[in-house]
Amino acid sequence: MVIWIILLAMTAAAVMAVLWPLSRHYAVGRQANPDTQFYREQIAEIERDLGRGVLLPSEADAARAEAGRRLLRATGMQAEDAFAAVGEPALRRRRAASTLALSIIPLLALATYEIYGSPQLLSEPPGARMQPQQAGNMNLLGAVADIEAHLAKNPQDGRGWEVIAPVYLRMGRIEDAVKAYESAIRYQAPDAVRFANYGEALVLAKDGLISAEAQAAFEQAVKLDPSAPKAQFYLARAAVQDGQTDKAKTILQNLLASAPADAPWTDGVRQEMAALGAPEAASTSAPQVGPEAIAGMVAGLASRLEAQGGTAEEWTRLMRSYAVLGQRDKATDAAKRAREALAQDTEALRTIDTMAQELKLTDVQP
Amino acid sequence: MLVEAGHFALALALGLSLIQFLVPLWGARANDPVLMAVAPASALAVFACIAFAFLALTFAYLSSDFSVLNVVQNSHSAKPLIYKISGVWGNHEGSMLLWVLILALFGAIVAISRNSIPMRLQANTLAVQAAVTIAFLLFILTTSNPFTRVVPAALEGQDLNPLLQDPGLAIHPPLLYIGYVGFSISFAFACAALIDGRIDAVWARIVRPWTLGAWAFLTLGIAMGSYWAYYELGWGGWWFWDPVENASLMPWLAGTALVHSTVVMEKRDALKVWTILLAILTFSLSLLGTFLVRSGVLTSVHSFAVDPERGTFILGILILFIGGSLALFAWRAPMLKQGGLFAPVSREGALVVNNLFLATACATVFIGTLYPLALEVLTGEKISVGAPFFNFTFLPLIVPLLLLLPLGQTLAWKRGNFLGTAQRLYTVFGLSLLATIVMFAATYGGPVAAPLGVGLGLYLVLGSINEIVTRSWSKGTPLAVAWRKARGLPRSAWGTAIAHAGVGLTVIGIAATAWGVEAIGSLKIGERLKGGDYEVRLERVIPRVEANYREEAAVLTVFGSGRELGTLETTKRLYVTRGMPTTEAGILTVGLGQVYASIGDAQPDGSIGVRLYHKPLVLLIWIGSLVMAAGGALSLTDRRLRIGAPVPAKAMPPAAIPAE
Repeated sequence: MVIWIILLAMTAAAVMAVLWPLSRHYAVGRQANPDTQFYREQIAEIERDLGRGVLLPSEADAARAEAGRRLLRATGMQAEDAFAAVGEPALRRRRAASTLALSIIPLLALATYEIYGSPQLLSEPPGARMQPQQAGNMNLLGAVADIEAHLAKNPQDGRGWEVIAPVYLRMGRIEDAVKAYESAIRYQAPDAVRFANYGEALVLAKDGLISAEAQAAFEQAVKLDPSAPKAQFYLARAAVQDGQTDKAKTILQNLLASAPADAPWTDGVRQEMAALGAPEAASTSAPQVGPEAIAGMVAGLASRLEAQGGTAEEWTRLMRSYAVLGQRDKATDAAKRAREALAQDTEALRTIDTMAQELKLTDVQP
Repeated sequence: MLVEAGHFALALALGLSLIQFLVPLWGARANDPVLMAVAPASALAVFACIAFAFLALTFAYLSSDFSVLNVVQNSHSAKPLIYKISGVWGNHEGSMLLWVLILALFGAIVAISRNSIPMRLQANTLAVQAAVTIAFLLFILTTSNPFTRVVPAALEGQDLNPLLQDPGLAIHPPLLYIGYVGFSISFAFACAALIDGRIDAVWARIVRPWTLGAWAFLTLGIAMGSYWAYYELGWGGWWFWDPVENASLMPWLAGTALVHSTVVMEKRDALKVWTILLAILTFSLSLLGTFLVRSGVLTSVHSFAVDPERGTFILGILILFIGGSLALFAWRAPMLKQGGLFAPVSREGALVVNNLFLATACATVFIGTLYPLALEVLTGEKISVGAPFFNFTFLPLIVPLLLLLPLGQTLAWKRGNFLGTAQRLYTVFGLSLLATIVMFAATYGGPVAAPLGVGLGLYLVLGSINEIVTRSWSKGTPLAVAWRKARGLPRSAWGTAIAHAGVGLTVIGIAATAWGVEAIGSLKIGERLKGGDYEVRLERVIPRVEANYREEAAVLTVFGSGRELGTLETTKRLYVTRGMPTTEAGILTVGLGQVYASIGDAQPDGSIGVRLYHKPLVLLIWIGSLVMAAGGALSLTDRRLRIGAPVPAKAMPPAAIPAE
């Protein structure tokens, strides 16, 4: 509420800034004619220059004569410039201008703000949402620095690594998170949740691709605790990547069946199943942000590489994208085409092969 | 809440600008002073609104409010305070906001100097200015909104581009923008004169300080940018003929021509139409520069095609204002009263030559910058136009201009005597020639261009000194009198001489780079690398961890002619959040020259790659630019420019005339 009053006051002040000059009486002849003034000064300056010896008397005479001529001309023009500030037409003009100001300023400002602004954020109590978070932010950063310093001294403190790893993830320092989980696993007793988290960090580091390393971590987690939901979930994804959609569906169905009633992750699993085309779970799933958009981007990349060719990095990106989308045949096809297109470049071929191995596209091995 | 209020203030500024555009224009047509008086009031209100919006954004940066997308993308809570502030304009959205802020600031200054500008001219000028403001406000609000929110707020920002976390680049954009946008005032005045159909010496006198001020700031901005490239990019070069640099050089060249042609207009009431055209072109080039830098055209024409919204919008603004103003020019310019004629050999004649050379030089830069882009758009072929092109086209235009400069500066107005003027420069010419020959002999076998260039620079400096001396001293005058006379010279005369001497200093600095030495080696700790007369020893390599980066610093001891001169430190940094490495060159200043070192990657055997340069007199390049800008500033303080035209004549104190 307070904010609307402030915005209203701002609008009123802006309108007043325009209305104020319109409401004033104008003193005719307030301004001296600048033209004549300018030439008078110029003549005075010529006199000074002459006195100082900068100008020769003959030069000064010529300059004075010229400035004088212009002064006469400027004086003649002054009469034309009478201002029209009084009378009926002037009054009408004032009213029209005031109406213009009263309408344009508030309407345009509100309309623009309504379109581009975030007025819905105004209804919340000012700062209630932001302030504690910022404070938390500062504390968090301080805490991270403290833990980092502690770990630098005691690198074998697995517990410390485990605490900082998820923080790194939230801060977007994924590589650091992977290293932290690695250390946490190395210095602590085997635990399913820890392996699953480590695998997840690895997946994030590879932009969603489940590498052999990550899969091993998830399998380890399942071995320790067969019901570990996160690990199962990612193993289902890995199955999709390998083209085994049915296996993936089985894993997810089992996961749903064994889920406690209030488990927060069941929605995510249902979404995943819907994406796999399992009709029974489709009802609860919200549409995902952008499979179409991603597919469009991948198709664009594919057609470009097809038409113009590209680097080994671009080809591997295409292969990986297909694999992540679960289109293994297309990924295999892309790997083949890449090998054809880059046949001359041994280093590029090696890159392609490494990626094919990583994606387990065994049928394209040379 | 403050952020939303700032956003709303920006929207209000749009409405106010529309009023500032419509009502004064109407008032000027109807000759109604009441309507015209709306112009300054609304210009001040627009400024207040935009300043508030800018402060709101700055506050969001200072308090690390990560609910604002712009702050998330360009700030980090661990960043030092100064880069939190400079982060406001270190990105596209914020820099455009700074652009309109300066635009509105200039409008506000025109608004409060109401007694020195005729009312109709002021009203028309502010209306044109408002049109520019409207276009850029729409651009900001629709395509580059700095107040876009993220819900829920991000936890941490993505940090400012590390290359921009540098004191040089913190102040470079504001300086450059004051220059760019300052020319918008000259442009607005030119359009106002065309709308009103009247232009005379008074107009020139009013416009000159604006042009001069914008020019001085642009000079500083370009020099700052060049120095930044010199020490931050680690290549040791100071000018790369890069399109971004050329984008600022073009308005500078046109602006330099404009500064000179307004002098002719003020003094002699001539060159009117040309001056108007030049004012339009200068601002058009500023807009073009903004377009080139802001649309993404430069990184690749294709990236522009991929995200065309912004680029197309600025292109639209560009076409609207350049096309519109040139159309206005074609329509109204023939109706303007032509100015007086003058003899070819005269100060004004020399200034015409200056304008011709500068305009042509500007055109060559224009072609060199835009031709590759045009070619890429039309045929898809990528070519790069680099230093060789500019050396072959730009230098042959600038060198004769510089050779003629002291002559033109010495010529009298109206009717000059070429031989007499040349006689006054005999000493200057002789001394410079002598110095060139001596330098040539001393560095025999070295580069030929260096002594010639340094001689040219010396000629410019001596020519400027000569100008002051001959105007205040002739044979037989006692020194005390001459000193008084010199002090009594108008400040604009001093400003001219100083600015021209600054050009000379810069030329000396540029020419002396040919004497520079470069050495590359890979050093282990304790090993030495020799480059010319200087030698460095790698002392130690220190790893360091700062709030938002890690770095490896190499400490080098510098020896010159067997003596230890000092140490310098050069580092390779890694900014953690963006994972981006940068180099910080280590620089030891010896006199006016510099010993410059930067490190490369560590080799497997533990040694580290070191690049060492010795650059004699290199500082003169930037000192010269500072002197140029100082000359411009001194001219600005000239009493004639400071006092408004309509101060009653009797208020002119006779005491101001120095006793002689």
